[in-house]
Amino acid sequence: MADTRPLSPHLQIYKWQVQMVTSILHRATGIALAVGTLIVLWGLIALASGEDAFNQFKICMGSPIGMILMIGWTWSFFYHLCNGIRHLVQDAGAGYGIAQFVRSSWASILASIVLTLIVWGYVLSAGGAA
Amino acid sequence: MSAKTKDLRHPLKRARGLGSAQFGVSHWWTQRVTAVALIVLGLWFAILVLGLAHSDFATARAAVAKPWNAVLLIAFIVCMFWHAVLGLQVVIEDYVHTRWKEVFLLVAIKFLAVLSVLFCTLAVLRIALGA
Repeated sequence: MADTRPLSPHLQIYKWQVQMVTSILHRATGIALAVGTLIVLWGLIALASGEDAFNQFKICMGSPIGMILMIGWTWSFFYHLCNGIRHLVQDAGAGYGIAQFVRSSWASILASIVLTLIVWGYVLSAGGAA
Repeated sequence: MSAKTKDLRHPLKRARGLGSAQFGVSHWWTQRVTAVALIVLGLWFAILVLGLAHSDFATARAAVAKPWNAVLLIAFIVCMFWHAVLGLQVVIEDYVHTRWKEVFLLVAIKFLAVLSVLFCTLAVLRIALGA
């Protein structure tokens, strides 16, 4: 691509609003989850390989870095899920009023945070590392 | 046109519905279908993992070995990697502007996803069949 071509206004030009945050986060969490698929791959291979491999997997996931990553992936999962449902509703042609658009954006964000808190409340209260 | 003289279809017939990407709406549509599947399978998977969060090796293996769990797990894996490839493809097409890097990445994520699906499926089958 030639560098001299004019560019359309990009992110820094616009005033921040919640609809644009949900759109960007959908893509960002999608990329994060695509990387997270490799954890599913690792976990299943470890489970099939034997007890030592599986315990090593559990130790890694239960380490501080592992837990931080898992909390991140949990939120990414719930956010992409909630906002994905929102997108499917919009693909069906509903919810396009500006007020509805803003409201459903906040609903996706809040629901994903609440679900993440519930899950990690459960995981941590049930004892032991994830 | 000379190479196409044996094609009796009207050029418009060949082009209609395909759009500039030449794949029509198949990418968009498949992304939505896998998304709907992943709503159900993703929630099911989250519940399965939560139930096993503090369990030992034998319990986790026994859970995955159950026929319903094994089948749904494979379905989840296929949908997850497929949906991931479709999503990453759009991201790469949007942001990677050097053609050879773009093509390399587009092919690489497909190879990686297919290999991952095969590895995951083999792992589930080994557990389910007690190998």
